[in-house]
Amino acid sequence: MKDIVEIRWHGRGGQGAKTASLLLADAAFNTGKYVQGFPEYGPERMGAPITAYNRISSERSTVHSNIYEPDYVVVVDETLLSAVDVTAGLKKEGAIVINSSKTPAELRPKLKGYEGRVCTIDAGRISEEELGKNFPNTPMLAAIVKVSGVIGQDEFIKDMEGSFKHKFASKPQVIEGNMRALKRSLEEVQVG
Amino acid sequence: MGIRERLSGNEATAYAMKQINPDVMGAFPITPSTEIPQYFAAYVDNGEVDTEFIAVESEHSAMSTCIGAEAAGCRAISATSSCGLCYMTEMLYVAASDRLPITLAVSTRALSGPININNDHSDAMGVRDTGWIQLHAETNQEMYDNYLQAMRIGEAVGLPIMVCQDGFITSHAIENIELVEDDKVKAFVGEYKPVINIMDKDHPVSVGPYAVPTYYMEAKRQQAQAMIDAKDVIRKVGKEFGEMTGRSYGLVEEYMMDDAEVAIVIMGSSAGTAKEAIQELRAEGHKVGLIKIRAFRPFPKEEIIAGLSKVKAFAVMDKADSFSALCGPIYADTCAALYTAPTRPLGINYIYGLGGRDVRVDSIKHVFAEVEKVAATGEVGETYRYLDVRE
Repeated sequence: MKDIVEIRWHGRGGQGAKTASLLLADAAFNTGKYVQGFPEYGPERMGAPITAYNRISSERSTVHSNIYEPDYVVVVDETLLSAVDVTAGLKKEGAIVINSSKTPAELRPKLKGYEGRVCTIDAGRISEEELGKNFPNTPMLAAIVKVSGVIGQDEFIKDMEGSFKHKFASKPQVIEGNMRALKRSLEEVQVG
Repeated sequence: MGIRERLSGNEATAYAMKQINPDVMGAFPITPSTEIPQYFAAYVDNGEVDTEFIAVESEHSAMSTCIGAEAAGCRAISATSSCGLCYMTEMLYVAASDRLPITLAVSTRALSGPININNDHSDAMGVRDTGWIQLHAETNQEMYDNYLQAMRIGEAVGLPIMVCQDGFITSHAIENIELVEDDKVKAFVGEYKPVINIMDKDHPVSVGPYAVPTYYMEAKRQQAQAMIDAKDVIRKVGKEFGEMTGRSYGLVEEYMMDDAEVAIVIMGSSAGTAKEAIQELRAEGHKVGLIKIRAFRPFPKEEIIAGLSKVKAFAVMDKADSFSALCGPIYADTCAALYTAPTRPLGINYIYGLGGRDVRVDSIKHVFAEVEKVAATGEVGETYRYLDVRE
């Protein structure tokens, strides 16, 4: 059996779910993995539900289809819980990570009897407090790394610091804010 | 040995272009032209290449620009997709018949209507008779590798070459890739020594003149011969590329065909999905394999005969329909290749994956189950079939 981790992201157009999936692919790539990061393309509309995917493995996966039985699901926008069947095909050994100020116990009734782990992270609040804006991407990324264990946390922190330093070379305050958001998210994600 | 990277198919193509540093890019700079000219324009802007980037108002003009540049002794490139490729069609014929080895990157996509931006092969199949060589890639890696080989192939036979990948499925997906070092790329691709160069006053030549009936057909016969000759060039360049990188290429790739009893013939990204299906089916004892078409033009007649003569039955997968009330384009060519072959296995045709319809491992398993039925009963039934469709 190949050790492959499959992740499905649900977000709304403009929230950065696609970017987050590509960032996760980058981080996993930097730890020596084979990665796939791809969104499902369609008419591009702000606010419309969008889906993106990751495959992360130690051998190259040759499959080029969408993911129907993910190990993990990430929901970047809580309002999607009533609009999209986010747990469709989700393995019960896996987990769902939802951007929400609610607890896992409060959200579980909305998940159609999903038996696996339900995790929540208040990515919006963390982002507001550390970056001054609602960019839930960075905290969500940290939360899925922690919950899935697909990358070691120390490796992840080190790699992201390198990426941010490269990306925001002229804005050191943005680097610090993003790093604080990542670390807080690793601490604050609730698993239920 | 190579540079470990992760890039989308479009990024990888633009990177190959940067490493080659061609003389001219003629491109329509907005959709449906793919992200490739956008990425490449950044290399031009940063001074990483000294290519003359000519942004034009349409794909028809983009190809016209390439024709003019290539006729003037330059290496000319472009990139497009979908209806953009259709809009180039008139000039694609001119490029091929003028024997100008232009290189065109294509991210294959559906054609309207209904309006759709997703992947299938309708655009590339629509221009299959224009006289261009067509290579198709399964992965971002193959797209990059094919692009690095393209100019060697096109320039050797004096034909333009289209390097195709599946739109969105590989063009926009990030995957691992091994890049070749710049100096090796430069040495492999080599300097362009144009056969046709209207700027060379010592060897005057007319490009694109009128041909009366006394000459037109001879010009076409030579064009046909160049496409026949391209087969050996593609094999030779693919082998030489393998010696440099460890990744060899032919006109087709055979996968698990040695003891296969049934097979599919397939092209593009879904070949990878089919490989997974084959692994799973083989674990259950099914002797299944595939032949992946890399060179669609020239059509790999010899390889198809050699591969399919080993099996009892096969299915050809077409990601485009011909609306002939008969079959899709690859099935038609496959059957034409087999008709006079000593052994002719039974074959059926599936039209699949149109307009981005997702092709799953289970989709391919269904096809194999149907082909095994054909092999077991000797009855082909309806040969013209649609896969994963609501009826």
